[in-house]
Amino acid sequence: MAPVATPFFFYLLSGIMLIGGILVITRKNPVHSALALIVTLLAQASIYLMLYAPFVAGVQIILYAGGIMVLFLFVIMLVSIERSMKERQFNSQWVVGMSAATALGGLFIAVYTKGKDIFPDHALSMVEDDNTQKVATMLYGQYMFAFEIASLLLLVAIIGAVVMAKKRI
Amino acid sequence: MESMLHITTLHYLVLGAALFLLGVIGVLTRRNVVIVLMSIELILNAVNLNLVAFSRMWGGLHGQVFAIFVITDAAAEAAVGLGILIAFFRNKETVNIDEVNLLKW
Repeated sequence: MAPVATPFFFYLLSGIMLIGGILVITRKNPVHSALALIVTLLAQASIYLMLYAPFVAGVQIILYAGGIMVLFLFVIMLVSIERSMKERQFNSQWVVGMSAATALGGLFIAVYTKGKDIFPDHALSMVEDDNTQKVATMLYGQYMFAFEIASLLLLVAIIGAVVMAKKRI
Repeated sequence: MESMLHITTLHYLVLGAALFLLGVIGVLTRRNVVIVLMSIELILNAVNLNLVAFSRMWGGLHGQVFAIFVITDAAAEAAVGLGILIAFFRNKETVNIDEVNLLKW
């Protein structure tokens, strides 16, 4: 199904994403930050649908907004946040960090003004009917070794998380 | 006006850059470790958006496969990072990143 009213939905979803991102980095309460991040992730999943990537959109909702953010909310419950909410919200190097971020933003603007014409403004046609099937064929065919390494990485992460979080092994 | 109404790859790249910049500001200036980890998730999502936009531009699926690998890495990173956060909170009773300074001299 071809996307309808692409410009309207692009600007709507980008606005939601950017407002959510700004809320993530400005809220005092980490729970509010986590909820804003969930809104950002869901808007991004909708943008994936506009880019003919329904499988990535589904993975984004199930794994990111569902799995990882629940993990975050659990850890926010485990650590006490009352004290940190009353304290100063910015770290001691925030002037240096803000200047570095400003420099990065200037670099982005320079790249945009110099190189915005090199991108083709057309997009090649894509079908999304067999998107999941094609992604699966690539994952288990061409990217098989990367897939195995990813499973090994997840095993290491499970063991690492248990070792870190457990009091006595 | 014409370039505003015709959504191209460049629009998605600008959105990804803006999201990346928000994540960098969060990582470099915030004091709460939980919010720093969430800002890292913002950065990874900006990268994912670029990958999927390029995949749309070239009409292939390699970018989408890489986006799935990046999501896997984000899950592993979040699990280990939050484990470290719990160990840190148990030792210091705080989530303030300024107190992670044992290697400072």
